[in-house]
Amino acid sequence: MAEAATAGALLEIRDLQVELHTARGVLRAVDGVSLQVPRGKTLGIVGESGCGKSLTALSVLRLLRAPPARVAHGQVLFEGRDLLSLPEPELRRIRGNRIAMVFQEPMSSLNPVYTAGAQIAEAVRAHRPVDRAAARARAVEMLRLVGIPAPEERADSYPHQLSGGMRQRVMIAMALCCDPELLIADEPTTALDVTVQAQILELLRGLQRSRQMSMALITHDLGVVAETCDEVAVMYAGRVVERAPVGDIFRRPAHPYTAGLLRSIPRLEGERERLWAIPGAVPALGAWPSGCRFRDRCDRATEICARVDPPLEPRREGQLAACHHPVEAPASA
Amino acid sequence: MPDPSPPGPPERPLLEVSDLRTHFPIRRGAWGRVRGHVRAVDGVSLRIGRGETLGLVGESGCGKSTLGRSVLRLVEPTSGSVKLDGVELTALGPRALRPLRRRMQMVFQDPYGSLNPRMSVGEIVGEPFAIHRVASGEERRRRVLRLLDQMGLGPEMYHRAPHELSGGQRQRIGIARAIALDPELIVADEPISALDVSIQAQIVNLLSDLQKERGLSYLFIAHDLKIVEYLSTRVAVMYLGKIVESAPAEALYRSPKHPYTQALLSAVPVPDPERKRTRILLGGELPSPSAPPPGCPFHPRCPHAFDRCRAEVPPLYDLGGGHASACFLNEPEAVRP
Repeated sequence: MAEAATAGALLEIRDLQVELHTARGVLRAVDGVSLQVPRGKTLGIVGESGCGKSLTALSVLRLLRAPPARVAHGQVLFEGRDLLSLPEPELRRIRGNRIAMVFQEPMSSLNPVYTAGAQIAEAVRAHRPVDRAAARARAVEMLRLVGIPAPEERADSYPHQLSGGMRQRVMIAMALCCDPELLIADEPTTALDVTVQAQILELLRGLQRSRQMSMALITHDLGVVAETCDEVAVMYAGRVVERAPVGDIFRRPAHPYTAGLLRSIPRLEGERERLWAIPGAVPALGAWPSGCRFRDRCDRATEICARVDPPLEPRREGQLAACHHPVEAPASA
Repeated sequence: MPDPSPPGPPERPLLEVSDLRTHFPIRRGAWGRVRGHVRAVDGVSLRIGRGETLGLVGESGCGKSTLGRSVLRLVEPTSGSVKLDGVELTALGPRALRPLRRRMQMVFQDPYGSLNPRMSVGEIVGEPFAIHRVASGEERRRRVLRLLDQMGLGPEMYHRAPHELSGGQRQRIGIARAIALDPELIVADEPISALDVSIQAQIVNLLSDLQKERGLSYLFIAHDLKIVEYLSTRVAVMYLGKIVESAPAEALYRSPKHPYTQALLSAVPVPDPERKRTRILLGGELPSPSAPPPGCPFHPRCPHAFDRCRAEVPPLYDLGGGHASACFLNEPEAVRP
């Protein structure tokens, strides 16, 4: 089907399904997700809690905790090779080396009994044939690169001696120490204050540009998406509901869910009107309605939405949406 | 001496806070000797009028939550004054405080952690009626159901337990409990930051409807600057235990005066990919409130800092129009030596 547009993609996820084995039975938390991360660009993956965005990201490097999670179906193609079927030793050569990952909570991702420098050096030595001194020098260099003051001293700090922003910088330094081609960042700034968030996003943008790195940025913040991403995939209830270049997502969203999220941002120009709010709640995992999963919160839903699950299809140039009644583009653009 | 220009309306405010300080002792060693103090709130003055919302913004560790809790005396302030409708709260004993507690309530960030998991929704929302002996039996049940209805929740919620509810529903329960006894003041500490984006707007609308219907006053504590601008009449910016700028919401966002406010506002990502902006990137991070820097608390990160900032603490200068800023750059001409 939509396999034509894979030319410039460094990473391509095809029809990924992730199951959670729970006491309530098997729940399909990610249900047929297809995505591409273009070479040298940033893909933003947007969605609310439980939409499956983090499970999708973890699947790429086979970091899902199993049980309860298990990839039931799909492919994750990195330069044409399926990471999901790669033997573990081969995957280990890619993980942390050519594809690196940054998580939301830097405290729980760092080992509390090793210094920041030692942890970065270990990551270097896992993939590069260098001695201790060279690995240590690389660690200090990386700490400097991510904007940590006095990096020689900070390299000897333990995680608990660092602030949240510093720890996230250490995580980024560790992720980037082997010059990965792809960085997967799962809510990398959500736990941070806005001024620190601005520093970290600036850092990521700068590094991406200077190193031609590709990035998959998972976030719920549309402001972060607008300022950081080139392409956007919007997820809802285990599915991708819209995929488009960032300009189209904000200027002429096709899926009512995307449009609703954008409309609920307070507009500060002019009258303070009541906020637009998407009614209802994000459906719980496994309690998804039949047909279109957004239909019971959608003001455009009709009878067909309950019966037929809309496929993700091209709607406009470069823009895909899974909707029977997509939002029309504004007349003048 | 109280501040010359605390944010808020000048006459008959509902809440008046003057030079409030809340310091926590740092104890170390076997004997728990006090080795210093965390100055979480360090000389804050503010006013909130009836039906008004004062937005309180600042980064984690700036003391905004402690300030909110000190106002309600959920933590004991070290010194200073808190007056609700002219009544001094800091001097009251627990018994005398109790009738005043009805008039001021709190909405918390984490709608799960703040609801007792062993109680049903009906019990949680009905608890204030029981504690203050306002209503019992069928009357209490009727009033709880009416509150749930006002929150947009059906009667079937009455017997549910907190874990059966979504985040948005739990926050509605937290709000129902807070407004049960018709308070005049609500301190809302990050009430929407734990919620999904699509739910945040619902709760914001609910808070603003309740304000219109009941003339509630809010102390709205949040780090989401967009929501604060939308909801607030006035906004105060906190940094290291002090208010560094306060103004009517529109003035603060349109022409921020304090370098910290300017940096904070410029750091907010804008959901418009076509808008290119210049961002003021701050160096460094928030210093520890147990060892605040001398002089202006912001000077180590301030792009405009000069010698005086390292030596003197700038007072909150009245800039007219309800705008105040604690920065030497904003010092009115007349005051300059």
